[in-house]
Amino acid sequence: MSAALALVARDVRLALRTPAETLTILAFFVIAATLFAFGIGPEPQALARVATGIVWVVALLACLISLDRLFQAEADDGSLDQLVLAPAPLELLVLAKCLAQWLTTALPLVVVSPLVATMLQLSPHGYATLLASLLLGTPSLTLFGAVGAALAVGARKGGALLALIVLPLYVPVLIFAVAAVEASIAGLSPRPHLFLLAGLAVFALTLAPFAASAALRQASE
Amino acid sequence: MESTPTAGLEGRALACRRGGRTVFRALDLAAAPGDLLVLRGANGTGKSSLLRLLAGLLAPSDGRLAWDGEAVDEDPAAHRRRVAYVGHNDALKPTLTLAEHMRFHAALRAVPGDACAAALDAFGLGALAGVPARFLSQGQRRRAALARLVAAPAALWLLDEPTNGLDAASVEALARAVARHRASGGIVVAATHLEFAGASARTLTLGAA
Repeated sequence: MSAALALVARDVRLALRTPAETLTILAFFVIAATLFAFGIGPEPQALARVATGIVWVVALLACLISLDRLFQAEADDGSLDQLVLAPAPLELLVLAKCLAQWLTTALPLVVVSPLVATMLQLSPHGYATLLASLLLGTPSLTLFGAVGAALAVGARKGGALLALIVLPLYVPVLIFAVAAVEASIAGLSPRPHLFLLAGLAVFALTLAPFAASAALRQASE
Repeated sequence: MESTPTAGLEGRALACRRGGRTVFRALDLAAAPGDLLVLRGANGTGKSSLLRLLAGLLAPSDGRLAWDGEAVDEDPAAHRRRVAYVGHNDALKPTLTLAEHMRFHAALRAVPGDACAAALDAFGLGALAGVPARFLSQGQRRRAALARLVAAPAALWLLDEPTNGLDAASVEALARAVARHRASGGIVVAATHLEFAGASARTLTLGAA
């Protein structure tokens, strides 16, 4: 257990020492959302109708581009061998890396999402649910993404492969998250959708560490 | 009929296939507590593969690997606890200091971190403990990778070209660490072209057939 905590602390420290990586992801999130605002035009109604979808799709893509180096960096410098050979179960260490990854990339996205939502004229009734959906949905994005990142270790076009593996897995998260926000804007209860998002997170939490560990063991052969 | 279990590491009829090619086959080896086994052989004869196989990173395509007479694949977690592996790469993060690397490694290996400072001192890195790895020379990085062996004690050291980039004094430091490890009953398997100062080393030459 202490090995996993040490790994979380190390990864968070690495992210704090090179803040450019987190800032790049945040900048991508804000700029990509701004492009939609420019592309669709300034009419508030037109923007408001698609705001939820844009915030979520852009947050999802920001998560995706941040996953590229999750395990590849460990494989490149030889740290992956040390992680695989650690006495602690690799599944636990994968979970630790996912937690650190979520804290350093997904959580900052959640924090700036109200800013992006304001720019896109999201209805005021949707804010609380947007935050809830991001908090419940982004852990699934990180965990499913970790499976893709582990499978893509050593692949030559790792980034493109990662997108191909991971994006289909992101579809259910996107559907339930957007449905939750739209439900609150329409004055309905978002709870059923949020429960489904929580269910997906539990599913990802139980499955992803095993799948990613198997892929990493294969990659370190 | 089972023969009497041998203390330490024993490989019988080990075979390794990589990318459809047989790297080695029918390889027997044994290393008792206190032994230093030096792997020799031309490039591509499977020294690195054998070390990864002994570490448990790579599954043998045939044969049996045992520790104290028990097959290692029956309890992989126990084998991971006794293995310390230093591969080609130094596994250093550019922005972390050497002291942070040692403490993290001790925590990862689930051992107390009291040996960290002594480990850096053993390889002449004590003065560099607070320096991030990106400012180190190649030889210093290699020494930091080797200092992990002392920071987190393990019974079986697997060293892949440990002297790469090391100066004569550092090779001496490594030889001293290896001698201490052997004196306390540890086993060292190393692929190296240099002669280790430690006498009574046994040599296994790969690709000789």
